[in-house]
Amino acid sequence: MTETERVVINGLQGGFPICERPFLEAAEKLGLGEEELIGVIEGLLDQGLLSRFGPLYHAERLGGALSLAAMKVPEAEFDAIAERVNAFPEVAHNYARDHALNMWFVLATETVERHRAVLREIEAATGLNVYDMPKITEYFVGLHFVV
Amino acid sequence: MLDDTDRRLILATQAGLPLTPRPYHALAEQLGLSPQDVMVRLRTLLDRGVIRRIGVVPNHYRIGYTANGMTVWDVPDERVDELGEQVGRMPSVSHCYHRPRHLPDWPYNLFAMVHGRTRADVEQEADRIAAVLGSAVRARSVLYSTRILKKTGLRLQS
Repeated sequence: MTETERVVINGLQGGFPICERPFLEAAEKLGLGEEELIGVIEGLLDQGLLSRFGPLYHAERLGGALSLAAMKVPEAEFDAIAERVNAFPEVAHNYARDHALNMWFVLATETVERHRAVLREIEAATGLNVYDMPKITEYFVGLHFVV
Repeated sequence: MLDDTDRRLILATQAGLPLTPRPYHALAEQLGLSPQDVMVRLRTLLDRGVIRRIGVVPNHYRIGYTANGMTVWDVPDERVDELGEQVGRMPSVSHCYHRPRHLPDWPYNLFAMVHGRTRADVEQEADRIAAVLGSAVRARSVLYSTRILKKTGLRLQS
């Protein structure tokens, strides 16, 4: 990673302006030129160091519901169960974690009713209990990575 | 609430902004809106928190943050809000939530996601959280992700 790439990753994780020439304004704050900044962002995207450049949307304020759920899956059946769970389009993320509750997934549904229905359908498809862990309160979401 | 034009604007930008000197003008042209309209709408979405922020979104695995620990804590319900606010302000914490317990299997009610370059970094951050929580901690654990089984973006459907 070049020094300029580092400056852009550390300095532009938020606050990109909304104005006629936003790259120019952002570049001046970072001590870069407008075309230079555009080129660096393009390069970072091409290298896969950025997953995206633009607005980060708050999924729930777009009208959907997100919820975390976990399952205790017997190791011998783990891959087969993962396949059945992942087959639900409402399952947005699914991670294996090192705990007795070893499968953790995020459900994205349009409504609370659909959320409850999907949980029941996953229990029926897997024969396992789903531990529903919807958030009660969000204290913080966001992270500034330093490279 | 979002109107149809907001939804079109969100669909056009959720994968990213155009990399041209006047990106909002490019969007306006693509959507048949005035540049002023695009900029006012985006500012409103940002003010309302529908847009959390605008900028670069690092791929945290690719920039070296490969250890992701979900730290979980059992603290008294009557103190969870006060403590959650404090933990949420810590720089290494990316998400902090109050969630329900499932006794007896799952006694934890406070979740704080920590990202680090190594598990040792995550353990150190978990100890810092423990220091903030102090005597309120009745039980704690860290769950590391060992495999990504599925990861699709959370996208508004057209």
